[in-house]
Amino acid sequence: MTQTNHIGKAPNRVDGPLKVAGTAHYSGEFNVPHLAYGYVVSSPIAKGKVVAIHADEVRALPGVLEVFSHENVPYLAWFDKSYKDQIAPGGSPFRPLHSPDITFNQQPVALVVADTFELARYAAALLRIDYEQEDHETNLETKRTEGYAPGGGKTGFQAPPPPRGNPDKALKNATHSIEAEYAHGAQHHNPMELFTTTVEWRGDGKITAYDKTQGVYNVKNYLMGVFGLGKDEVRVVNQFMGGGFGAGLRPQYSVFMAVLATLELKRSVRVTLTRQQMFSIGHRPNTLQLLKMGTNPDGTLASLQHHALHETSQFEDYTENIVNWSGMLYQCENVKLGYQLAKLDIYSPQDMRAPGAASGNVGLEVAMDEMAYAAGLDPLEFRLRNYADRDQNVDKPFSSKKLRECYKQAAAKFGWETRTQKPRSMRANGKLRGMGMGGGVWDATQTKSAAKALISADGKLTVRSATGENGTGTYTIMTQIAAETLGLPLEAVTFELGDTDQPEAPIQGGSWTAASVGTAVKNACDALGEKILKLAQKPADSPLKDAKYDEVEFVNGQLRLRLDHDQAVVLRDVLQASGETQLEADSSALPNMLKQQGYSMHSHNVAFAEVEVDEDLGTIKVTRVVSAVAAGRILNQKTARSQVLGSVVWGLGMALMEETVMDHKFGRYVNHNFAEYHIPVNADIPHIDVIFVHEDDDIVNPLGVKGIGEVGMLGVTAAIANAVFHATGKRVRDLPIMLDKLL
Amino acid sequence: MSQLLTRAPASGGLPAPVPTGPVRLHINGETQTLQLAPWTSLLDALREYAHLTGTKKGCDHGQCGACTVLVNGRRINSCLTLAVMHEDDDITTIEGLGTPDNLSPLQQAFVDHDAFQCGYCTPGQICSAQGLLNEGRAHSEAEIKELMSGNLCRCGAYVGILDAVSEVANSQGEMVK
Ligand code: FES
Ligand code: FES
Repeated sequence: MTQTNHIGKAPNRVDGPLKVAGTAHYSGEFNVPHLAYGYVVSSPIAKGKVVAIHADEVRALPGVLEVFSHENVPYLAWFDKSYKDQIAPGGSPFRPLHSPDITFNQQPVALVVADTFELARYAAALLRIDYEQEDHETNLETKRTEGYAPGGGKTGFQAPPPPRGNPDKALKNATHSIEAEYAHGAQHHNPMELFTTTVEWRGDGKITAYDKTQGVYNVKNYLMGVFGLGKDEVRVVNQFMGGGFGAGLRPQYSVFMAVLATLELKRSVRVTLTRQQMFSIGHRPNTLQLLKMGTNPDGTLASLQHHALHETSQFEDYTENIVNWSGMLYQCENVKLGYQLAKLDIYSPQDMRAPGAASGNVGLEVAMDEMAYAAGLDPLEFRLRNYADRDQNVDKPFSSKKLRECYKQAAAKFGWETRTQKPRSMRANGKLRGMGMGGGVWDATQTKSAAKALISADGKLTVRSATGENGTGTYTIMTQIAAETLGLPLEAVTFELGDTDQPEAPIQGGSWTAASVGTAVKNACDALGEKILKLAQKPADSPLKDAKYDEVEFVNGQLRLRLDHDQAVVLRDVLQASGETQLEADSSALPNMLKQQGYSMHSHNVAFAEVEVDEDLGTIKVTRVVSAVAAGRILNQKTARSQVLGSVVWGLGMALMEETVMDHKFGRYVNHNFAEYHIPVNADIPHIDVIFVHEDDDIVNPLGVKGIGEVGMLGVTAAIANAVFHATGKRVRDLPIMLDKLL
Repeated sequence: MSQLLTRAPASGGLPAPVPTGPVRLHINGETQTLQLAPWTSLLDALREYAHLTGTKKGCDHGQCGACTVLVNGRRINSCLTLAVMHEDDDITTIEGLGTPDNLSPLQQAFVDHDAFQCGYCTPGQICSAQGLLNEGRAHSEAEIKELMSGNLCRCGAYVGILDAVSEVANSQGEMVK
């Protein structure tokens, strides 16, 4: 056993001490000299025009530097494509302060900049704006018949596959069948950190933007396009992000505003959104789903039909993959999937943790529960009878799939066999008890990434890649990968991220960071390793003479022959003897398309939940959750477990609490704050067990990792909803399940 | 149908912003005199004027707990109080509890139990937990969960937070067996 085997262990986060001591710097925490503060003014109407902005009144206040609005923004890029970021959907991206037109409530209409935050806030409150209001529509219910199939456009979006078999006939001839509609309202990401950008004016038209983003390169390219800045004129930095969950995938208007003000005033500016404004930057869309299912006499699925309709803005076709998963999670010959959008006077939705899948999964997994009951089968047994060994959507085998093992281990841990099938048949602590389950599937993706590795003569390794850390443990897992590749202790390795001065990495989303950046880090360290081997072979008496790179290994600070461990040199001696102060290597990583083309690559999970329902009060308490995840190789047991725990908390929030309520009269979200948009608190969270089922998979990528940021959220919401049904006999099909729906 | 929405101008021009004055605070054992307008919250005073950014802003409305600090040993939401109200008060922020090289027992327990992900709610959680221990009210897991529920964590690190606080409460003999 070596001490430099780090992958798969459970070391503490390397950035943990900084975070718990309050010394990790988030984007609003860079103390740049001569800083001014911007405060955003939001539209109170959902549709219409700004007819007058009485900016001169507040400009006259001492300490107010400027009021920016469509009336005085300078010439910016004209074409839509300049505003398109890496994952912009089809349509025309929103351009802040571009025209007097209002297309959604809380649209930013002005930025007030002042010497202090207090002054900017005060002046913003006093700014008088006259609006001409027009009729708006924000209610998806009015658009049931106006849905349309979107075009492509957004990276990662896949239109549902065409129908297979004869789904309608199979449904008609089914032994048992169900048909039901499921709904959930809008939900907002609400990371704890407010969207903030601190832009440092470096003189000479050059800026550094410390921005809250999940993709520093995405923001840099956007700023270059919109403001006509050169490559060397803008640097974007994000070393710590106080949560993203998708909200930071696209450049937000906070960065636009802060950069605009900085360039115009030639002075550093910080813009921070309020919690209320955090409800104007994208959300999980209000979604309606229709599910139809039928079974054969043996309990196999005869037909599965899943149709979804969700809202988007007037200007973009925001898309996500909601129904496609229903064609691959279970074996079924007759499948029909449909997906439509409807335009409303709202801001564009935005990818939110397990986008599409989290929504579609609720429909599919609650319907599976209903179908199991209709067919008289235990919900777990029903899923086992319909287990898919192939991805029928694309007619390919899975590169690996240990969902069966997840079912088995989680059911045993949970004690599923103690459950009695009949609703209302279990009681505990004077309450109704319910047990439910649900499972899911998510993509295993790798995208192009680059990294740089440097080693100094004293054996200290630094690796850089412009990826992000929003709580997922990126610093830690990359440090583990680099340290293990070059046989070093974790303390000898520093991983640096989140800076456009570093090699490019993709936006941090889609659960692909571990696979993508991790592989680039490994490749860069291997490239460095090859250089070190060459140096080690220089002395005529080198024990590694003539060895090829794949015949040696780096372990415990040594470089040695794999087959003869005594033939070894000390890494630091090699570096010191070389006379070089530093060695470096760059590398990038791409998915191996050739190897992957014959396979469908996915992670899977299952969640079991237990609830207790007070019949008199309608209150629901989740008392236990067991979650099992099969996502290839787990790099860090500790941080991976935390991601799954967090996912379970999200699933619970979606099931029982989260909904942004629209007041259609004003076209405005009414609960846009933490007092009224409820997320789970400590007292809501029960004991949670997390099980990782290991999968060996060298097809997905050389590290064998699939990513776990999103898959863990699947199944949980449905498991809780199904447990509530089991407890009460009441099937609630519109989330969240609040007590009024049970009374 | 289109409708006009206008606001009448304030008669006699807009009220001028209030002037600043010195406010003396004892922050983490160090006396600092900050030049502040009276409408500056304690949170903004710490972050923007004293440059102690360990204390976080998550809502500015007393709804999330990210801004929790200890004032004279008691935990409060620093966004809900004005700095001028704390002349000569003893204020302890996360920076005053420990440093990365010398973590407090709670800070170390948070690292060991991975009681955070993004870390943004964490200083508030730790200050809140420290206040809870100071209050001598962390007697059971149920109490800890309830009394830590004013601190939201969107990353959902609640299981780790409970384990970390329980461990320290236990080691200090607070928990009733
Ligand atoms: S910032 Fe003070 S409670 Fe949220
Ligand atoms: S650790 Fe991210 S909000 Fe708590």
